Amino acid sequence: MADWFHILVFGYYPYLAATVFLAGSLIRFDREQYTWRSGSSQLLRRHQLIWGSVLFHVGILLLFFGHFVGLLTPKEIYHAFGMGSGTKQVLAIVAGGLFGVVCFVGLTMLLHRRLFDPRIRATSSVMDIAILVLLWLQLVLGLASLPLSWAHREGGEIMVQLSLWAQKIVTFQSDAADYAMGVHWIYQVHIVLGLTIFLVFPFSRLVHVWSAPVGYLGRRGYQVVRTREGRRAA
Amino acid sequence: MKIRAQIGKVLNLDKCIGCHTCSVTCKNVWTSREGMEYAWFNNVETKPGVGYPKEWENQEVWNGGWVRKKNGRIAPKMGGKLRILAKIFANPDMPQIDDYYEPFTFDYEHLHNAPESETPPTARPRSLISGERMEKIEWGPNWEEILGGEFSKRSRDVNFEAIEKEVYGQFENTFMMYLPRLCEHCLNPTCVAACPSGAIYKREEDGIVLIDQDKCRGWRMCVSGCPYKKIYYNWRSGKSEKCIFCYPRIEAGQPTVCSETCVGRIRYLGVLLYDADRIESAAAVEDPKDLYQAQLDIFLDPFDTEVIRQARADGVPQSWLDAAQRSPVYRMAMDWKVAFPLHPEYRTLPMVWYVPPLSPIQSAAEAGALGSHGLIPDVSQLRIPLRYLANLLTAGDEAPVKLALERMLAMRAYMRARHVEDRRELEVLDRVGLTEAAIEDMYQTMAIANYEDRFVIPTSHREYAEEAFDLRGECGFSFGDGCSGGGGKIDLFSHEVRVGPSAGGRSDRVVPGQ
Repeated sequence: MADWFHILVFGYYPYLAATVFLAGSLIRFDREQYTWRSGSSQLLRRHQLIWGSVLFHVGILLLFFGHFVGLLTPKEIYHAFGMGSGTKQVLAIVAGGLFGVVCFVGLTMLLHRRLFDPRIRATSSVMDIAILVLLWLQLVLGLASLPLSWAHREGGEIMVQLSLWAQKIVTFQSDAADYAMGVHWIYQVHIVLGLTIFLVFPFSRLVHVWSAPVGYLGRRGYQVVRTREGRRAA
Repeated sequence: MKIRAQIGKVLNLDKCIGCHTCSVTCKNVWTSREGMEYAWFNNVETKPGVGYPKEWENQEVWNGGWVRKKNGRIAPKMGGKLRILAKIFANPDMPQIDDYYEPFTFDYEHLHNAPESETPPTARPRSLISGERMEKIEWGPNWEEILGGEFSKRSRDVNFEAIEKEVYGQFENTFMMYLPRLCEHCLNPTCVAACPSGAIYKREEDGIVLIDQDKCRGWRMCVSGCPYKKIYYNWRSGKSEKCIFCYPRIEAGQPTVCSETCVGRIRYLGVLLYDADRIESAAAVEDPKDLYQAQLDIFLDPFDTEVIRQARADGVPQSWLDAAQRSPVYRMAMDWKVAFPLHPEYRTLPMVWYVPPLSPIQSAAEAGALGSHGLIPDVSQLRIPLRYLANLLTAGDEAPVKLALERMLAMRAYMRARHVEDRRELEVLDRVGLTEAAIEDMYQTMAIANYEDRFVIPTSHREYAEEAFDLRGECGFSFGDGCSGGGGKIDLFSHEVRVGPSAGGRSDRVVPGQ
């Protein structure tokens, strides 16, 4: 029973979450682009947003890319560059801790604002609040795992094990769930919650992440003129 | 040369009575929705005043419009593309809703339900955002109506620049005028430039600037970019919205709602031809005072055979060229030079122009001194300081505004002489450089202002039009649910919102098409 549940959560749930994440995003983009937006509430209240939003976004972007690179880079690669697993773990703890604190400060401000500012509260959907709470819990769990990681910093086994789990998931290896076995429950809940965030992503305002307007930097000139056929004229 | 046509607009402030009919009809048609209660695509302000949102003209505060860089090119005042993106998480240049006003309703129910009491019940205001009681309403789209509020606050109006303003705080010297404001549908719009999503665009065929509601992601840079603060962030939908120049009406050859319903007949719509290749250079001239002339220079003469030939080659339909030749906007801006762009110093090349208002001559002239100046009184003696109008319309250059006011006075003098004294007052025409034919035309267009003289709008062209056959069975614009709307009560993707019973008692979501 326990094994079955473990495999369900760490072996199958990732694929369920990924499928809903990708297909859901695609369907929403195709069918409901009018609902595809960042959902900014800056107009209603500047207070707590300027600092909160900047700290949160900077923190979470760096955390995301940190996790992305840290989990998905095969250990042979950084070993080839002379970086041991222990060193990498210390790097991850320090960087993750730093960005985590930055993100935590920002996110806590945003959550406080959303719950306790009457204007923001009244105009929030259930999902607006839920997604902030989810992110906040996820961040707290991540920060709570730092002491555990610090205790294992010498060999870096935990990080290696978890990154192997992630790498096996993305490469469709059937034994992936084994690698999430035996790690502290904080890591396990952190993973499950992380997958859940991917699961609810298409139903929340998080979809704006897909639309990060980096293409703007490459836009030719400043003006946009459209012809009736939807062609860009100049 | 690349010739494009645009439906331009002129507002004759000399005839604006500040009745707000334009604002109200526009509001009823376009922004009477949750999320847009605070937004007025058209509002009328009393000047001098800081306006709506507060101090919208002060670009030191809001960083709207363009600046000319040292290398002679222009960039949005809020920064180049990289700096704009750096503001995406939190935009320091964006007004908060309180700078416009917190939308409210009144507790009308209380008037029905109040128990017996010694004093009559009142309907107190309640926020349309939070649903909470509002003790005091602090601001609105015409808060300074007819010089409401203290002079010390109103005089923060930046159009007082280079004016000794203290004297105008005195009752005897006070002055006012109305300024109806809407999107300028600029040739060089900063909102378009600042939009990271590329959702805002100018339509090639008629110059109307629109926001693609599907592509807008709510990054809100347009709100800051627009120096006229005429882009509004819809806090419910999370998208920006703006004046659409009533494009469905324009396409059908009808005037915009604000123009149609203007009781003072102050609004004019007509075609202007311009050279699209020279927009950037015109917007980048060094001296802001030259911007008005630079914009005039890119407008093209619709009677010029070379212009007509090139316009046809560039795809401007013949009916549009015909309309351009009868355009009241062209005559007021180009022939008579009585209309001016609003704040050309923003370098946006706005396409809604204004005829400056005349105002009473100061008391000395009224006391009989008028005749000694001839039939045209000294316009520097007008109650509204010339410099104030120039700061509003020509980046501070008084000469063009002076000429326009003199021409309007000359028209009055000439027509009065003709109708009252049966005399052709030609000397006055010479002084302002107008012919009799021109003054007659001016009189017909600006004073009589018949409907067909004010609005010369060619219908949209078949070759431009969408293939209507392909649109059959579609539901037109919807608020995010497409045609389907879904069968269930739970809306999977869009905004599912708990609306408290107090939020104006409005628990109904606006879902057209359902």
